[in-house]
Amino acid sequence: MNIDKNIKILLVDDFATMRKVIKNLLKQSGYNNIVEAEDGVEALKVLKSEKVDFIVSDWNMPNMTGIELLKAVRADSDLSGLPFLMVTAEGLKENVVVAVKAGVSNYIVKPFTAEVLNEKIKKIIEKL
Amino acid sequence: MDVRFINPFLEGTISVLKTMAFVEPKPGKPYLKNDGLARGDVSGIIGFTGTLSGSMALSFSENAILKIVSNMLGEEIREINGDIEDAVGEITNIISGVARKKLESLGLTVLAAIPTVVSGKGHSIKHVLGGTSVVIPFETKDGPFVVDVCMSEMKQKTK
Repeated sequence: MNIDKNIKILLVDDFATMRKVIKNLLKQSGYNNIVEAEDGVEALKVLKSEKVDFIVSDWNMPNMTGIELLKAVRADSDLSGLPFLMVTAEGLKENVVVAVKAGVSNYIVKPFTAEVLNEKIKKIIEKL
Repeated sequence: MDVRFINPFLEGTISVLKTMAFVEPKPGKPYLKNDGLARGDVSGIIGFTGTLSGSMALSFSENAILKIVSNMLGEEIREINGDIEDAVGEITNIISGVARKKLESLGLTVLAAIPTVVSGKGHSIKHVLGGTSVVIPFETKDGPFVVDVCMSEMKQKTK
């Protein structure tokens, strides 16, 4: 299956450096249409103002965490079907369970390579 | 301190820097440290609670961290600035996550706090538990850094 690399990805992370790192990894995989937000609150504003095809979000953020953002997205009838990839340093089993229960599309634990990120995105899109 | 608590941090550090910064640090012989002086120019410190309690600090020499973050960001950074401090916090957080995952496989549940970053020549590091810490020295092509761990099993502490 050919993946459309022109999809608009919303990248959410409170660390500007980490956004830059993930953005570089996405670009290495051919995804260049990226918008950014520094927490869940800002991400929801972006989602209300423009069409986004895919969300890549950190878990631990101030104001609104990744898991709170995920729940807000799944509870909104206009956004509920959006693919949501959680990116986090928390690989503990109980965290994975919480994310799955909240409706995450897939889960990726830092550190990761561009290949792993690309593979996770591809798997999510193929299931749509 | 039980060596089982140290290896996850050693392995985690190598794997994180290799994956994120394409740097292969070579570990040296661990030693004990009794003072609060950091062995680097910029440090990330993170506290732990759970089955194990304590803290871990990563202290990088200026040259080592400049190369690591430059590689991570794909752009050359020539001085310790906000980007470097931001990255040190995130590297500390990620290494802590990998180490805690390895500790989980040993039946030890460890939760982490938010990392803090301190920079400057001759800065100090205050471990949550105080006392002696175990330092793992690392060498990179561009300079040294250390992982400084001070952990204790809670059941031992409450006896």
